[in-house]
Amino acid sequence: MSGLDLIDISKRFGQVSAVDSVTLSVPHGTFVCLLGPSGCGKTTLLRMIAGLEEPSSGELRMDGDRLNDIPAHRRDFGMVFQSLALFPHLSVGENIAYPLRIRGRSAAEQAARVKDLLDLVHLPGVADRAISQLSGGQRQRVAIARALAVSPRLFLLDEPLSALDAKLREAMQVELRQLQQQLGITTIVVTHDQREAMSMSDLIVVMSKGRIQQMAKPVDMYRRPANAFVADFLGQANLIRARAGVGGAAISGGVIPGLALPSGGGTLISVRPEDIAFVAGADGPVRARVGFIRDMGASVEFHLDAGEDRIVAVATPQARPDCRVGEEVSLSIPAEACVVFGEGEG
Amino acid sequence: MSGRFLSRVFFAALALFLALPLVVIAGVALNEKKTLAFPPQGLSADWYLQIFTDDAWRAALVHSVLIAASSALISVAIAAPLAWFLWRRVAPWARIVQVLGLSPFILPPVITALGALSFWATIGLYGQPWTVVISHGIFFVSLPLVTITLGFATIDREIIEAGTTMGADDRTLLKTIVFPLIRPYLISGFAFAFVLSLNEYIVAYMTIGFTLETIPIKIFNALRYGYTPTMASVSVFFVLVAVTVFGLVARFGDLPKLLGAWDEGER
Amino acid sequence: MRRTPPEKPADYLPIAFPAAMLGLFFVVPFAIMVAISFFERVQGGFYQPAFTLANYGRFLSAFFGEILVFSLFLAALVSAVCLVLGVPFTYLLTKLSRRVQVAWLIGLLGVLSLSEVIIGFAWSTLLSRTAGISNLFVALGLMQQPRAWTPGFAAVMTGLVYQAFPYTVLVLYPAFSRLDPSLGEAARTLGASPLRAFLTVIVPALRKTLIATFIIVFIFALGAYLLPQILGRPQHWTLSVLVTDQAIYQSNMPFAAAMAVFLVIASLVLVLLANMINRREPAS
Repeated sequence: MSGLDLIDISKRFGQVSAVDSVTLSVPHGTFVCLLGPSGCGKTTLLRMIAGLEEPSSGELRMDGDRLNDIPAHRRDFGMVFQSLALFPHLSVGENIAYPLRIRGRSAAEQAARVKDLLDLVHLPGVADRAISQLSGGQRQRVAIARALAVSPRLFLLDEPLSALDAKLREAMQVELRQLQQQLGITTIVVTHDQREAMSMSDLIVVMSKGRIQQMAKPVDMYRRPANAFVADFLGQANLIRARAGVGGAAISGGVIPGLALPSGGGTLISVRPEDIAFVAGADGPVRARVGFIRDMGASVEFHLDAGEDRIVAVATPQARPDCRVGEEVSLSIPAEACVVFGEGEG
Repeated sequence: MSGRFLSRVFFAALALFLALPLVVIAGVALNEKKTLAFPPQGLSADWYLQIFTDDAWRAALVHSVLIAASSALISVAIAAPLAWFLWRRVAPWARIVQVLGLSPFILPPVITALGALSFWATIGLYGQPWTVVISHGIFFVSLPLVTITLGFATIDREIIEAGTTMGADDRTLLKTIVFPLIRPYLISGFAFAFVLSLNEYIVAYMTIGFTLETIPIKIFNALRYGYTPTMASVSVFFVLVAVTVFGLVARFGDLPKLLGAWDEGER
Repeated sequence: MRRTPPEKPADYLPIAFPAAMLGLFFVVPFAIMVAISFFERVQGGFYQPAFTLANYGRFLSAFFGEILVFSLFLAALVSAVCLVLGVPFTYLLTKLSRRVQVAWLIGLLGVLSLSEVIIGFAWSTLLSRTAGISNLFVALGLMQQPRAWTPGFAAVMTGLVYQAFPYTVLVLYPAFSRLDPSLGEAARTLGASPLRAFLTVIVPALRKTLIATFIIVFIFALGAYLLPQILGRPQHWTLSVLVTDQAIYQSNMPFAAAMAVFLVIASLVLVLLANMINRREPAS
């Protein structure tokens, strides 16, 4: 076995179950995002991997060796905290050198490593500054450099970019991913931002209520969400009730031709907004009324009332259909774009 | 506009009220003759110098400083491990010890003083010069206890966890992170206890009042035989010491935060 | 280094020394004092073990009753004056720049740390005929002759307010400096004048803090042991002064101890009251 393995990990705080029998394998060199709403147990899971919390049951393994009994300070993992947790009484250089200093490395080695790491995070020449003199983005880089100082076996980040503004956050996502690929280091990031998870990771793990909902590559998960929760959480999704009809599936506003559903009661299906097409004329398979138009520059969102369902469709400005609020439009929902969930779900 | 003017007048009036007695005694201490007159008659710095040249006053000053320094040390030595324990351990019963540490400062001082008198007299050590050091040490524990507890409260738990993930064991964390972060609070706790011990009268009087003179005891004893300019100059000197110490605390630490305000920019 | 319950004996080590010191030098003295309050006084200045309630019985005398009533009245008055001055002062202080706040705090701490001896001496000088402020008024032509304003009730009040005012401000300071500044601003945008906003929004928002502060300052004023003696006449003496007087000059330790026990109980009741009032107020 190579990499990190979580085997049936659970964590209970009193009566509350924060993490509920999670099993997960993270191969060497992969970038994994733990994604979910606040309170879903993702941070608790990360803290158990770091050794800051003890699992109530289950086993952690690194390269086949049991981790459970190794205290946090002997695991040789690097961790970036949500608050960054930089030491306010130490300079930038001293912060980064801290793990080396307490391991008794020579001053020369510490200085050389600090320089290398600051170059790595594109922040050269700030070793002598105080933490308070740095901007938010710079502190972020220092925290990352510090966590990488001892070339850890595992790189853990808890909501690392949440304190940054939107623009900087996007830039750091790219940078973090490049850094990880450059070093080939196994990385686990906790985030509640689905865009962040989509753009950075090799593997996304969506969690809800302490359980793993789905584990997949970002694009696979986006195209084939395992359930309504994942569909809704990862990007935008239209969750529509449908039932088997003649030549396809019947929905409140019309039909989806060619979509076979089990006969009987209603079934929940999911369609991405960008998969819904506007059809010229008035005889498309689905009819809807325009309720609201949200123009966001790079794309245009149409909120449409199709029978009892509210459907969101997205078009590029170039392909923008000519319609106004209150007008009737025709839509087509391709069967191959629909994901069908089981009866009880949603 | 008028509101701002009124508040300026209000502040100025209070500043005058607080400063006036000190200005007057600073002034009378400048009298040339051994009388208290204000405005002073003739100018002389002799009475200020007498704090250091007169044997009795100098002895009292030395006593006061020695007592204050050693009792502040005792206060910190009691408060620091207590605050550490309260921060590090989950132990609701330890609150009792905390309340005991805070009580002497909240209760009227005569109670601590009378308790000390009863205690030292009962065990037969009444009047020993060092008894006041211990009693002051207990009396002023509250001050370093408050500042150090506050210091621990400002340590973000994630900072400690960060140290752990980087390979530091408990002892290393204590030495490299916790202690450096707490140090300013230790020093200010010591400073508060030192200045207050320097000025304390009633506990000192009830423990060593008949065997040893501190500055406040000496001033009080002298009051009964009439006022002299030296008393005034000593008082002024003490005010300056207090302001200097608190000024230093403010210079090297965050005084508003020590007194319970949020951090700058924290809100 | 998580917060964990102590397990090994070594885990208890840090609290052992503080607990031992406070136990031996605070709890034991206190217990001895309580015991002495039941002892009998022996002529010549000592006392002998006994169990008598006579010391507490003396509380029932008219003399003691007068002192008690006067002490409570004086402390309440001082506390009220300090709040009336201290509340607007502290509010305005927290609006000032950090630098100005620090300067004021240093000054207030300087006055607060002053010995009662020095405060008493300074005020009795200031209010005296020979070296007092009245000489300045005479020099300015405002008065015919210098006069003495001490001893007297006004002098006692002035001295006590002088001593308790910095304490009041420092007790109020955390609550006021943590007060959300948008509270007053919101009232202003709704049309309230600054004074009205202060009286109708800020003061009610901190009502419980103010009541608790009144009690805390009340206890502080109750503790003054020298100022009434230096600046007042015998009828202005308070319980604290009387305790000192009985213990040192009258050598009646049992009676002094009984009064001290009474003072403790009164203070504790008030502290508990202040705590209860403060606890019910969510962090402002």
